[in-house]
Amino acid sequence: MKRPPGEEAVEKKGWWPAHRWLVWRRISQAGVLGLFLLGPAFDLWLIRGNLASSLFLDVVPMTDPLLFLQLLVASGMPATQAILGVGVVLVLYGLLGGRLFCSWVCPVNPITDLAAWMRRRLGISGGWRGDRRIRYAVLVLVIGIAAASGLMVWEWVNPVSLLHRGLIFGVWSGWLAVVGILLFDLLLSPHGWCGRLCPTGALYAQLGHATPLAVSAVRREACSDCRACHQVCPEAAVIDPALKGAAKGVGPRITGIDCTRCGRCIDVCPDEVFEFDFHLPNISRVVP
Amino acid sequence: MDETSAGRSPATAITRRGLLQKGGGAAVGLSLIGFLTWVGVRSADAVPLWAVRPPGALPEPDFLGKCLRCGLCVRACPYDILSLAETGSGVAPGTPFFTPRKAPCEMCPEIPCVAACPSGALDHGLTDIAKARMGLAVLADQENCLAFLGLRCEVCFEVCPVMNKAITLEMRLNTRSGKHVHFLPTVHSEHCTGCGKCEKGCVLEEAAIRVLPRAAVKGALGKHYRVGWEEKKKAGHALIPEPLSLPVRRPGDGS
Repeated sequence: MKRPPGEEAVEKKGWWPAHRWLVWRRISQAGVLGLFLLGPAFDLWLIRGNLASSLFLDVVPMTDPLLFLQLLVASGMPATQAILGVGVVLVLYGLLGGRLFCSWVCPVNPITDLAAWMRRRLGISGGWRGDRRIRYAVLVLVIGIAAASGLMVWEWVNPVSLLHRGLIFGVWSGWLAVVGILLFDLLLSPHGWCGRLCPTGALYAQLGHATPLAVSAVRREACSDCRACHQVCPEAAVIDPALKGAAKGVGPRITGIDCTRCGRCIDVCPDEVFEFDFHLPNISRVVP
Repeated sequence: MDETSAGRSPATAITRRGLLQKGGGAAVGLSLIGFLTWVGVRSADAVPLWAVRPPGALPEPDFLGKCLRCGLCVRACPYDILSLAETGSGVAPGTPFFTPRKAPCEMCPEIPCVAACPSGALDHGLTDIAKARMGLAVLADQENCLAFLGLRCEVCFEVCPVMNKAITLEMRLNTRSGKHVHFLPTVHSEHCTGCGKCEKGCVLEEAAIRVLPRAAVKGALGKHYRVGWEEKKKAGHALIPEPLSLPVRRPGDGS
């Protein structure tokens, strides 16, 4: 039987180096949620609103790009704050990597991570593996429907909004979407929601074309082909071009826009191949 | 699960299973999208009668094309009257509303909820709260309203922030007793903001006066209608010749 990914890394490197980014990521996810909850819980208003649109320290606005796009096509130019807000988000995630949002901020991620973890533990491997480009079709449809109807129809069901709003504002019916996504990812489709359908992630991925922050397989020559990184990666297709690219003259930086910068590959690699790399501009450098 | 090796079949291979999976997926996806559109369009006509949008809210379908469901207006309200709607409640999920009977709009002069709206779903052009038109108060139940029963109540008149303009008291003879007067609260739509203070204040177990959507309440005269007395005022004289004045003859008037 295959060993669970990460076990060898724990043996070779110790527990903390084999879980470091996972722990930081959970802290980040909880931290973002906590920041939003400080207001309603303790009357400490560092940030107001929710991930759809928020105001940090009563000064910095942030607006979700997918909501902004729907808004734009549904009803034309919005008020200034929404425009400034989406600008802040574009710059922030343009620097940090578009889908960094998905693994470090989005409240749905712990749920789909849980589903993936349960799949590995329970040995569930079957399910629908639709083309990962379907999410771009979903994105186009979401925008198309908003344009055609003049309404943000997606926001009736968008699980990302439903869940975050539910947690921050105590709107409990959003939990239905959570249970739905957990069961969908667990029983029907591996990495089904985040990896194949979610239009929010698909749009954030577009901010990742020229991002300075990326994971890099800096010591790829040390790779022992244990495939632990492939087992834990939610977007496994982004790994090999960098990891196995030496022969083709491709640099070690993972430049695929679908990479969520979760850093789990760094954790589970027993050979310490990967590390985070901040570099301007985002080029795939060939290490001599 | 090693997706790159297990999950992908060669791109050129077309199998029955593959076709069924793709076709099935597409069918499920399309029907879901159709359903969503239908749900969205169906529920965009109006909010339910118990819910009122915050001041400055655009008319309902436009509002749903602009509202980000972020709740910044909810947080901005100093009286905490606004909520974000639950899925399936009848109000579009995540959009803000208040229930006047529970907590009416206090009509802050600074209108912080409108200022907080990042998208303009609450119209930033609204700077005078007296010009807000959240709904329209209607004395809906004239059978139970205490004023109509002949009692001096007038609470709705007293609590109205646009006092003596949005609600006035009209005196009518109480024909039941023949010697008393009804003080009837009468709403004037050109001044009513729909804040709901009257509905909140109504002393009955169920409010006799209620804030309703303007569109559900307001009638409209045909465009060709002219109100004679106003035309007369405008012209400075009657538009038709005054009727003949005939001599009044009474018995014993001399003849």
